[in-house]
Amino acid sequence: MTSIPASVVRSPSARLGRALAHGDVPYRLITVAASIVLILLVVSFGLMLWITSAPTRTQFGLQSLISSDWNPSGEIFGSLPFVVGTLLTSLVGLAIALPFSLSIAIFLVELCPPRLRGPVGTMVELLAAIPSVVYGLWGLFAFIPAVVKPLGDFLLKLLGTPTNFIYLPFLSGPFFGTSIFASGVILAIMVVPSITAITRDVLLAVPAAQREASFALGATHSETISKVILPYGMSGILGAIILGLGRALGETMAVTMTVGNVSELPTSLLNPGYTMSSVIANEWGEARSLLHSSALLEIGLMLFATSLLLNVLARLLVWSVSRKNPDQRG
Amino acid sequence: MSETKMSTASNGSTGAQANDVYQKMHAENLSIYYGKFRAVAEVTVPVREKMITAIIGPSGCGKSTLLRSFNRMNDLVAVARVSGKIMLDGLDIYGTDVDVVEVRRRVGMVFQRPNPFPKSIYDNVAYGVKLNNTRIRKGDLDAIVEDSLQGAALWDEVKDKLKQSGTALSGGQQQRLCIARAIATHPDVLLMDEPCAALDPIATVKVEELMQELKKQFTIVIVTHNMQQAARASDYTMMMMMRSDRAGEMIEFDQTKKIFTNPRDKRTEDYVNGRFG
Ligand SMILES: Nc1ncnc2c1ncn2[C@@H]1O[C@H](COP(=O)(O)OP(=O)(O)OP(=O)(O)O)[C@@H](O)[C@H]1O
Ligand SMILES: [Mg+2]
Repeated sequence: MTSIPASVVRSPSARLGRALAHGDVPYRLITVAASIVLILLVVSFGLMLWITSAPTRTQFGLQSLISSDWNPSGEIFGSLPFVVGTLLTSLVGLAIALPFSLSIAIFLVELCPPRLRGPVGTMVELLAAIPSVVYGLWGLFAFIPAVVKPLGDFLLKLLGTPTNFIYLPFLSGPFFGTSIFASGVILAIMVVPSITAITRDVLLAVPAAQREASFALGATHSETISKVILPYGMSGILGAIILGLGRALGETMAVTMTVGNVSELPTSLLNPGYTMSSVIANEWGEARSLLHSSALLEIGLMLFATSLLLNVLARLLVWSVSRKNPDQRG
Repeated sequence: MSETKMSTASNGSTGAQANDVYQKMHAENLSIYYGKFRAVAEVTVPVREKMITAIIGPSGCGKSTLLRSFNRMNDLVAVARVSGKIMLDGLDIYGTDVDVVEVRRRVGMVFQRPNPFPKSIYDNVAYGVKLNNTRIRKGDLDAIVEDSLQGAALWDEVKDKLKQSGTALSGGQQQRLCIARAIATHPDVLLMDEPCAALDPIATVKVEELMQELKKQFTIVIVTHNMQQAARASDYTMMMMMRSDRAGEMIEFDQTKKIFTNPRDKRTEDYVNGRFG
């Protein structure tokens, strides 16, 4: 038997010394510590919101979730209108943003001359850099009067009138301009850049070999896009949608300025509404009573939990898709 | 020389009269440019029906470029341009009112690296068929998928897992899946660009045996760096070489056994004997 040369076998202390000297241990400590701080931060968010919202919870229990009666002066706090408003504005925003984002991304990657790809891409990304209060102002003073109001009136007349042949209750009146619909449209414009940018990167990452395989089988360009390129990037595109949804759920300023701020349960997308983030922003400063601020904190807790939950859900979705396609990593 | 014996064996069927075999495709004075750079210069070469034509030559001499012009895959490269003609059954595929999609349906391609779609084995093979015939009956499609996988000598290995992803197969199986996918649409011509480059020797032998089967039905053009492979598997060989301006030209075309035993050009002799590039 040949013996192992002594230089190869190192004593534990020598190994520790090297690990310390070359920074393995400090490096690991720093990264682990940073990760722990992050986790603690998330947990403490939840805990803080949980504790500070205790007064409303003990007084109203689940009632505050299913009640739509919000009356701070009467010390009654039902937050359903805000939950519904947040969900509806986000979903409307996403529904409008999605076809646009996908089309723009496909245009940028597949159809646009390479010379234009850079400038157009940068323009799209610049939209994401505009502060949301500016979107709010622009929406309120330009976009709603010029586009949303006429469009909403048209929808109302066409589909939202009970006497019509086709009547869709979720497009009925009253409609004043500021509304769930208006906020949804503004949110759509705000999330288009991020969804587009990620989708574009995902599509650019689809290997040329996949494209060629499809073309070589006699597929047209549009067949290749819809049957090979989009499915290949599906998990990444889902990721982009999640990001957009996250942004829409939490968006405060632009929504507060355009949603109408009426704390009643909306029965139509054209009705004014209220969202969770806007009610916190609007009422926090004037919340005199303990119960009022506790109710707002409870809404904050729900917003926190919803975003967390939606993210987990969406990630599971992404995960299931990428598991189906083993060689694809979104 | 052992190569000679092997090549003679596989070429036994192609006697002196082989030059009369129908020319399925035919490049005429073909030049291919990438921008200003001429990658392939004035190539004139026949592709005979139900024969295997090998394209050999040192790296960078334009073999892939030439091959990809036979089904207009070069169209995907924005800067690529072509002058000259490529005839397919007497029709110039670069002619003005030719449908590229139709050309690619008739001239299939297998690539150097296996590139299955991240779809099931079944859907990989069915892909091209469903493009042609969107309303095909399930039973007919099943039959085509089975035939194609049989044709690519893969059926026995995958018949119990057709729903499994094509990307989960081994490299050699993936390449045969890509061959199955290409033959499922019944093209006339099959182009193969170094189809065994990413495969181990056993998988390579399988693909070579498969080619001998395929040639009963299809006309095959193959690019290869493997001299033994060209000698063993092909009926005709085209030798390419770079000129001083880096444009690739054809320096010799003949029956494979001639190229490997008695080439006319000294450079061909050096190359096939491994004394070059
Ligand atoms: N998309 C492209 N754009 C510009 N030049 C290209 C492109 N593809 C190939 N070329 C050039 O054309 C020439 C021929 O390339 P090609 O890939 O056809 O060679 P090849 O004979 O297949 O080489 P190899 O044996 O290494 O695969 C090379 O000089 C290459 O740099
Ligand atoms: Mg090549």
